[in-house]
Formats: sequence, C-alpha cells, structure tokens
Amino acid sequence: MNPAYSVILFTTASGAGYGLLALLGLIGVRAGLPTSLLFACVTLVLALGLITIGLLSSTLHLGRPERAWRALSQWKTSWLSREGVAAVLTYPVALAFGLVWSGLAPYPHAIAALGMLTALFALTTVFTTGKIYATLTTIRAWNQPLTVPVYLFFALASGGALYLAIAALFGKDPDTVAPVAGFALLMLALLKFRYWKAMDEAPRDRTMGNATGLGDTVRQWEVPHTSTNFVQREMGFVVARRHAKRLRSLFFILLAIVGLLELAAIAAPAFALPAALIFLVGAWVERWLFFAEGEHVVTLFYGNPSA
Amino acid sequence: MTALPETTGKKLGLVIDLDTCVGCQACATSCKEWNTQGYSAPMKDRDPRGADIDGPWLNRIHGYEIEPQSGQDSRVVHFPRSCLHCETPACVTVCPTGASYKRAEDGIVLINPDTCIGCKLCSWACPYGAREYDVDHGVMKKCTLCVDRIYNENLEPEDRQPACVKACPTGARHFGDLGDPESAVSQLVLERGGFDLLPEMGYKPTNKYLPPRTKRNTPQPGIEALPKGDGSAMDRLFKLADRLLSGTGN
Repeated sequence: MNPAYSVILFTTASGAGYGLLALLGLIGVRAGLPTSLLFACVTLVLALGLITIGLLSSTLHLGRPERAWRALSQWKTSWLSREGVAAVLTYPVALAFGLVWSGLAPYPHAIAALGMLTALFALTTVFTTGKIYATLTTIRAWNQPLTVPVYLFFALASGGALYLAIAALFGKDPDTVAPVAGFALLMLALLKFRYWKAMDEAPRDRTMGNATGLGDTVRQWEVPHTSTNFVQREMGFVVARRHAKRLRSLFFILLAIVGLLELAAIAAPAFALPAALIFLVGAWVERWLFFAEGEHVVTLFYGNPSA
Repeated sequence: MTALPETTGKKLGLVIDLDTCVGCQACATSCKEWNTQGYSAPMKDRDPRGADIDGPWLNRIHGYEIEPQSGQDSRVVHFPRSCLHCETPACVTVCPTGASYKRAEDGIVLINPDTCIGCKLCSWACPYGAREYDVDHGVMKKCTLCVDRIYNENLEPEDRQPACVKACPTGARHFGDLGDPESAVSQLVLERGGFDLLPEMGYKPTNKYLPPRTKRNTPQPGIEALPKGDGSAMDRLFKLADRLLSGTGN
C-alpha cells in the first residue's frame, strides 16, 4: 500500500493525541485536580491539538472534504464511519473533563467520572482506527488479531512519552504515568515483534494462477494501461524486503533508546524530552512500514506472483 | 445505505469468455465512451495525449501468458477485468457515507457520485481493483453495468445491454441474470465450466469467467515429414525448377 504522508500524519498525530488524552483522563480519575491550571491547559490543548491536526489531515486527504460530515452516517456497517462518530463524540466529553479537571468549572466531584469517560472515548476511537485496517481481508498483513492491540499500545506509549516530556518541562512528578508509559512501550515492542512474525510466517497462498483461474504457469504478458494507473499507485507500492528488515531493526533500536531514556528520566526528568522526540521518529518509521509492507491482493492481477 | 440486501431479485452480471476474447480493447473504449457522458460522467483523463496519462477506466484488459507445459504450446489469454458485482462486496460495507450500495432489485453495485467523499477505502476493500478514483471529480468510479442503458426505454430493445457487451466483435461478453438457473448466461456457465475469480476471498462474485478451451495440439508436420518424390516426370520437372531457382546449377 502507498505510504501516503497524510495518512501517516493522521494516524501518528491522532494516535499520540488520543493516547495522551486517555492518560489525562486516568490521571483525573486517580489524582483529582492537577497541581496547576497551566499544566492542565497545556496537556489538554496538546492532546486535542494533535487529534485535530490528525483529523484535519485525513479530511483534507478526501476528494470531497466539504462532504466529510456524511461519513458519520454508516456506523452500522463501516468502521471508518464508527471512527468518525467516536472522534466527534470524544470532543465534548474531553472538553467537559478539561473544564472540571483544570478547575475552571467548580465541580471536582465530576472529575473521576468524566476522566473515565474521556479515557474510554479516546481509546474507543483508536480501537475503531485499528479496526478499519484489521478488517480489510484484501491485505493479509493487516488482517490479523494483533493489528488493533498494536494501535492501542502505540497510542498509550506515544501519549505516555509526551506526558513525561511535558511533566519534565513543568518540573512535575509524573507519578503513575511513568510505569504506565514504560509498560505500554514494552507491550508495543512485544506486540509489534509478534505482528511482524505472524506476517512473515503467513502462507503466501494467494497466487496469480488462482486470481486469474489460469493455472500455476501464468505470468503477466501485457499491462492494462498506457501509464501507471490509480490501482497501481494506491495499492501497488512494494518495499524491498532488505529495506523493510533494516527499518524494522531501526524501529526496535529507537524503542530501546526511548525505554532507556524514560528509565533515566526517573533520576533526571530532562531525559524525557529526547525520549518523546525519538519516539516520534520511531512512530513515523513504524507507520511508514505498516503501509509499505501491506501487500494488497489486487497486485496478483498486476504481475505479483503471490500474496 | 451500505447494509447489504439479504437477497437480490435478480443477479445481473457478465459472463466473459477467455477463449474468444481477442484483446481488441473495444469493450474498454466503448465503456469509457458511454460512461464519460452517462451515470459516471465526467470520468476525464488528465493529460490524455501527454507523457503521463491518468484517468479512471471501469474496464481494463490484461494480457497473460500461460507458459508452455510438456506437450503443450504456450498461449496468450486476454483478460478483461471490471467490477464483478459481488454478492457480499466489502467495498459497500466499508463505505462511511452510504454512497456505495448494492441494489436489492438486481444486485448491481453502484456509487452515488453526489454523496461519495473520495476517501478511497472502497478501493482498498476490493480484491479485484474494480474501483478507481477520479481526480477531477473527487469521487470513486466503477462499472455500473450500464444501468443507464439496460433499463433505458429511449434505446431500441436490442441496445439495452452494457456498452461493452454491444461492442465486443467476437461475442466474448454475455449479459444476463445469473440468479436464474434457466437464463442463457447461467446455462453457458454450466456448459463451459465458468469460474469465480479469487473465490477464497468470499466476496461471491456474480460475474463469471469461461476458461480458454484446451487446444487440440495436433502435431504439425515438420520438414522431414514432407512427402518424398515419386520419380514421375512432373516430380523431375519440379526438382529441375528447384535447382535452377536455387542457383546451384546441378
């Protein structure tokens, strides 16, 4: 699949935003009021800002952005529609939580309930995003049980890395977020390793012979176009196996560095800042690979012997 | 709505004969001609005479070679590929706006160009590459089974067929109700062993493909097998003529 930058930006930015928002909600449940109004505002604005950048980027990616509101209508069948609904519903819940958590609205007894709701809506949105990809049977790499958990832990790990960085800037004790962020990072590495293992071990039993019904000795002889067409550009992207392996290793190395920096941040909080930056680089690498390694079954008609 | 109908009254579709298709592209060009002014209009090509042509086509003709196996010659198969109007099309259920739908009355899968947002997810969900994005129009395009021809009472009854079927000079494309076992297309599928593309994907395509017939593979006479001369006067005359024309003299 074509690793379009708008989609990579959408999934990494909104993933980090929803992850951070979910953690803020859980902090609200645990600790009640924040120690400073400014800290609450900065973290909430960052979370909602990242989410909004992501949503805007995916909306501008549409052929008809002015009709985007129609995407909220088919939640009964479409995971993309469900994602839209969940994303829209998260805003008022998060804003209400922000108002009581920051102390701007004096209802401290509502913090825990609204915090829980905010975390629930944020993680539900990430879940629906993962489901869009996981339910596409045409792309075997995505159509597996680990796709959704990887999306969820990715959101929590990136949100955690961001929170630790902001807490360090404000000289604030990250409290329980530090172990949560570390745990999410560890789970992400583990699940992504298993995801790639499952992908590599899956049988490549969809063949050009099967697709065309012309038997095992078929090969492409003439292409159905005079210049590269939409289907090839969108779904024909292939990453060299050698490059993919290197990028996978790079991702794990970056995650290991993030983990070490987050550990170091327990002693010296300033280490949380490079940790967040390096995590963003790793996120970009992983998300680029996610698309580039997604091999679409339609490529069988365009010369790919098996998928 | 993107919920699929439980059953469809008819299952209209195409039967494509891979034995008789000659790859002339008449179906593809007549499809483009009809649809660029019909339901899927405008369906323009960008830079149509330039180096980087780009535009949606609802029907594309692949060419495949079956490499020679022992005792067989190699052969080329022309392979038209368009929407198969599946019974369980994921392209419809993934659509977030309801622009994609499958008609309950005849099973045709359509896109409403007025509500499509051009998110392209349907093209990801289709294993057959049937949906293409129209950059100028900002919406997805696909085969409509010429829904604006087959029920069109302004056309003569014999013209109420998809443009590709009308255009095919070898009769390799057949249109009809594949849900009716007595229909001509269903009988043809039965008789010729028509098959589904990628049946393991579970999309249950309506369109069927007829396999190329097995070639007889009668051994062709080699040069050694030519009849020997019988020594008659006529035979000697031809040998003389052969020597003179070959310039060998004797």
